Amino acid sequence: MDRRESLKSLLVGSVAGGLLVTGCAPESTVETPEKPQLPGYGRNEAEKEHDAKVLSETFFTEHELETIAVLCDIILPANAEFGSASDAGVPEFIEFIAKDMPNNQLPIRGGLAWLDSHSNKLYGMEFKKLNDEQHKTICDSIAYPGKTAPELKHGERFFTNMRNLTMTGYFTSEMGVKDLGYKGNMPGVWDGIPEDVLKQQGMAYEEEWLAKCVDQTKRTDIATWDDDGNLLT
Amino acid sequence: MQVIESSKVYDVVIVGSGAGGGMATKILSEAGFDVAVLEAGPFFDPAQDEYRTQLRWPWESPRRGASSDRRSFGDYDAAYGGWNLAGEPYTEAPGTRFAWFRSRMLGGRTNHWGRISLRFGPLDFKRKSVDGLGDNWPIGYDDVKPYYDKVDKLIGVFGSKENIHNEPDGFFLPPPKPRLHELYYINGARKAGIPVIPSRLSILTKRINNQRGSCFYCGQCNRACSAYADFSSGTCLIFPAQKNGGKIELFTNSMVREVTTDKEGKATGVNYVNKLDRKEYHLKAKVVVMAASACSSARILLNSKSSVHQDGLGNSSGLVGRYLHDSTGASRSVFLPKLMDRKIYNEDGVGGMHVYTPWWLNDKKLDFPRGYHIEVWGGMGMPSYGFGFNPNNLNKIMGGEVGGYGESLRADVKKYYGAVLGVSGRGESIPQRNNYCEIDNNVVDEWGIPVLKFNYQWTEHEVNQAKHMQDTFEQILDATGGILLGDKPGKDRNYGLTAPGEIIHEVGTTRMGNDKKESVTNKYNQLHDCPNVFVMDAGPFVSQADKNPTWTILALAWRASDYLVEQVKQRNI
Repeated sequence: MDRRESLKSLLVGSVAGGLLVTGCAPESTVETPEKPQLPGYGRNEAEKEHDAKVLSETFFTEHELETIAVLCDIILPANAEFGSASDAGVPEFIEFIAKDMPNNQLPIRGGLAWLDSHSNKLYGMEFKKLNDEQHKTICDSIAYPGKTAPELKHGERFFTNMRNLTMTGYFTSEMGVKDLGYKGNMPGVWDGIPEDVLKQQGMAYEEEWLAKCVDQTKRTDIATWDDDGNLLT
Repeated sequence: MQVIESSKVYDVVIVGSGAGGGMATKILSEAGFDVAVLEAGPFFDPAQDEYRTQLRWPWESPRRGASSDRRSFGDYDAAYGGWNLAGEPYTEAPGTRFAWFRSRMLGGRTNHWGRISLRFGPLDFKRKSVDGLGDNWPIGYDDVKPYYDKVDKLIGVFGSKENIHNEPDGFFLPPPKPRLHELYYINGARKAGIPVIPSRLSILTKRINNQRGSCFYCGQCNRACSAYADFSSGTCLIFPAQKNGGKIELFTNSMVREVTTDKEGKATGVNYVNKLDRKEYHLKAKVVVMAASACSSARILLNSKSSVHQDGLGNSSGLVGRYLHDSTGASRSVFLPKLMDRKIYNEDGVGGMHVYTPWWLNDKKLDFPRGYHIEVWGGMGMPSYGFGFNPNNLNKIMGGEVGGYGESLRADVKKYYGAVLGVSGRGESIPQRNNYCEIDNNVVDEWGIPVLKFNYQWTEHEVNQAKHMQDTFEQILDATGGILLGDKPGKDRNYGLTAPGEIIHEVGTTRMGNDKKESVTNKYNQLHDCPNVFVMDAGPFVSQADKNPTWTILALAWRASDYLVEQVKQRNI
């Protein structure tokens, strides 16, 4: 599935996944649309209901979603090691967020319309159809807060919002977390700052402090104390 | 609609399953009592995968862990609800402010709290004797010490023996080693002449029994632990009590409306709404334990009016709901250029700080009473919604473009990752008779239960304390060699003082005392007006120290439960 198709299925898929799949089969028995559902992530009943409702809604038009995808990839393109924002699923994320946090809807929809209008004025074309040079010209004029011409302030605001959503969408995706290099979120044993880091920082643990700390070789021994609260194990 | 009666009479009905309710459940069921526990929210057990948020990745949440009206502290925080509860509003008197965090679920707010487990010290029970403000407790540290000791051993808390008079030592598990940002804090604080010690959290750095695991250092205690390696009421009190064969019936989704009483004014049980069928039921009991949280218990008592208890149960003093008080709070952070582009390794540690500063100026004359402790945060945390916003704002300090787009943004995010250290003060406020919650006569919740209206304003004491916090933070953070972030909040912003309620340490609404005109319960958490009703949440606190209340709730609930058992044996109730 290319990006365009995936956006298209994103647009209608959540409404009636079941129907779409069988849509081409003539006279197929009418399937009840499957209730959209996410894999579990520890939700209670009220939350499950909320998610199902959000997933069943459509907000952006196809054109808006395509423009979002173009813009996200300008903000965060692929490099040699990692994919672009849309490779990491950022447009889908933004689509969900706009429905889940409705105060985003007007600013994003209005911002996209502003962007097309501005693009039409300069080049006689919608933003998504511009070439790289033209994209660059527009983005350069709204991407640097404090340097924006007064008449383009609306664009700056929109761009800042989209940069935030793109960056957070990317760095909370599987690809983005790998790119960042975050090493935790797994069972382990914390036994202090690595020696080379301490050295590089010109720091050291104090012996007196370390003497108070847990001996990780005994972490599974059951604790017992004497009457004065001195640990015996 | 008729109230549905059942014939069974319980020895004890416990309203609420948080710290106090959990402890009462354990002690009273082990004493052989037939116990009913009512919880207004659903069942919750972090060891079962359907409830688990621990070790989930941000992308498993479609909103990447963002907060919502359904979970104020984000998708993966264990606390359902928070600042808003659908269908269960509260109101504030004009010109006053109170933020009320509620979590309807088995275990209540113990599922997500910071596990900071500090004993109140000798001074904390007798602050009026020191500064003439507020009131002394009718009990002292020596009364509670044996119970703190028992709580330490039963539940587990790490810490270190420090021999500081007002920060009593306990039966500690050993603390974890500091992380890098915490070494920066230690160095900064020492240069500023401010002490730092290992923190004291109820997290198992060693096993304490064969039922609970030891910490595996994911740093996610707020998500509730599937290995039961930190304290929450369900995992450490209620489930073990059930497994011990206690006669415990758990009623979830059961919202208590009122305590019922007979002609003589003695409690006969509670009326509650089953949220699933919306019908009202009556549970009969010989003794009622209120442990719904300071404000929720006050609400139920005030709503329990009868010919004997005309102003609400236990309220002949007019003090139910009064002396409500929360901790003060203020924060500041610093950017540490020496941590730019740092080597990345797993430093999740325990869920919370490894080091902290206890209040260090008990002997100094200052322009405010009482004190505060300092909490520390920072490090290379797991990204969630909001991570990457304003990705290169720190370029303002270090030079370079702010904003932009393209590959440079990746580098900016990595450059500044884990390079910020933050500190937060948590301090003691002075309880005021005129800070209170009462029944709002105009508003009910969706169950038809009249809701609370809050009246709360900070005084000069708390504002001056926040000013002192900001000055201290500046000294410490300057001494780290970093660059302070944001403006120092001044008088116009109350020095960054949080709104009342925001620290979620609200206590005092049914305070204890020896004089029944000046207090709601006696020194064993028992209502003066109705001896077969006890309050075992933070309502009976006379003052709250600068210490997080949970450890003291647990100790006092244990103590009150022992007393309750004794009173029943002696046929006094």
